[in-house]
Amino acid sequence: MTTIPAARRRRNTLLGWSFLLPNFIGFALLTMVPVVLLFYYAFTSWDMFGGSEWTGLDNFQQMVRDASFRTALGNTLYYTVFHIPLTLLAALGLALLLNKRLRGVAFFRTVAFFPYITSIVAVAQVWNMLFSPGYGPINAVLRAVGVDNPPGWTTSADWSMPAVIVVGTWREMGYFMLIFLAGLQTVPGELYEAARVDGANAWQRLRAVTLPCLRPTTFFVIVMLTINSFKVFDLILVMTNGGPGQSTLVLAQYIYRKGFEENQFGYASAVSVVLFGICFLVTVVQFLVNRRREA
Amino acid sequence: MSTLLNPAPVLLPPAAPRPARRGARAGRILGYLALIVASAAVLLPFYWMVVSSLKTNNEVFTLPVTWLPSSAEWHNYVDIWTRSDMTTWLGNTVLLSVVVTLLQVLTGSFAAYGFAKIRFPGRDVLFLAYVGTLAVPWQSYMIPQFVLLSKWHLSDTLWSIIAIQAFGALGVFLMKQFYESVPDELVDAARIDGMSEYGIYRRIMLPLSTPALASLALLTLVNTWNDFLGPLLYLRSNDLWTIQLGLRTFISQYSAEYALIMTGSVLSVLPIAVIFLVGQRYFVEGIATTGLKG
Repeated sequence: MTTIPAARRRRNTLLGWSFLLPNFIGFALLTMVPVVLLFYYAFTSWDMFGGSEWTGLDNFQQMVRDASFRTALGNTLYYTVFHIPLTLLAALGLALLLNKRLRGVAFFRTVAFFPYITSIVAVAQVWNMLFSPGYGPINAVLRAVGVDNPPGWTTSADWSMPAVIVVGTWREMGYFMLIFLAGLQTVPGELYEAARVDGANAWQRLRAVTLPCLRPTTFFVIVMLTINSFKVFDLILVMTNGGPGQSTLVLAQYIYRKGFEENQFGYASAVSVVLFGICFLVTVVQFLVNRRREA
Repeated sequence: MSTLLNPAPVLLPPAAPRPARRGARAGRILGYLALIVASAAVLLPFYWMVVSSLKTNNEVFTLPVTWLPSSAEWHNYVDIWTRSDMTTWLGNTVLLSVVVTLLQVLTGSFAAYGFAKIRFPGRDVLFLAYVGTLAVPWQSYMIPQFVLLSKWHLSDTLWSIIAIQAFGALGVFLMKQFYESVPDELVDAARIDGMSEYGIYRRIMLPLSTPALASLALLTLVNTWNDFLGPLLYLRSNDLWTIQLGLRTFISQYSAEYALIMTGSVLSVLPIAVIFLVGQRYFVEGIATTGLKG
């Protein structure tokens, strides 16, 4: 680097920026500036009508006392705690299955990914109808197999979150399956051969070869799933709109309500900072762990 | 069609010819059973959607569940156009998807060339800022972004959706990954031959990166088509609504028109299904190289 003459460096800087600018102007104005502003608004009493007034930590103190905020945070954790392991297991299971030489594997790989790219509005509506307590197909099947009192799903405060979790898992498992499949291609075939020579059965090969080799992929999937779980919003907005009551109210939706329905932009920004902080923390941990692994 | 549906090369199962064993047969049967169950679980909701869209309203929720309509009510697919503003919604959605995709692909690949092939001070820090925002959910900065766009009087115009969708970091990230796999010697040789950087981008990099460009274009197209939250926040006037926003309003207005709701849902998913089937391997490659979607 030190050998590059100054004139050439100046030329390169101009050239480089000329390539970046068309994208960078949009990116800076619409992503970077809002992210910086977020941390200013969070300490103000900004609403749509008046100006913003610096209020220090008021918003955060209000948050500590805010029962709805605690409910939203709790529900988000509830979703996260179930969504992560369920999706992880389903995605890994499918990937292991599809990594075999079976007929129809290519077809299924296409099929499994499809829910992920279909629109949330249509998908949520179909599932709402499937989950319909009185006449929906799911409860019809449950009654047929002997469940006398099938759950009320999205109409019941106890069962609405499980219903949302089922749909969230159904929607995302195909995407993470693809990532696991890509990870499985990096497992050296010789390791399986060696394990087989040593007389390891399928279960032992999975435990001793596949899973350890997949560790980086698994870690990446968990990080992505955590971020996806904490930002869950549109699925819930369309399926339950946070209800019944506040039984499925999540963080992102609480931000939306406070900001766009109640015009409390300052307070909503403070809640956004919490969401931002959680996702940022998860990413930093991933970055550090990856660096330690490479070192 | 069969060539289009071929799986991406990266994902081919390892070719390990196995000696026939007694357990192998049982394993295969179990494997097929699991495949069938999983396919059914993934596809049944879509099947139910299509079948319900061809039923009469009363027939949608009958017990026991009917898996085939007694007679296909094709007129649902005619009625929906008069009962709703479908034409406007689809028109807006197509317009937005095309403009956003063009902008994202052009500016993204252009910037990616700068990041991948030109050395200048501050480049790597800037790229870190791009990648960093990929992990920040849009939900956490949607409020300040909305305030800014309202100040610029872009709220309630189609420009707002173009602005928030077209300059995402995904395009830069995906294209940079690809450009870095192109050997520097190739670029240097072109430089020695007197080609300008813009010429190298246009005449060497762009033609080389068609598969990556296709992946990026398809991912962006589908993202924009499916976006519900952006239009929900920004598009208030109903002549600006997109298909997602329109469908959502239709559902709440005609909440008992079950069959028509499913007809609208099928129509909103159909273009994506076609694009997905045609470009399946580009989706898979895009996901496998970035492991990310906007």
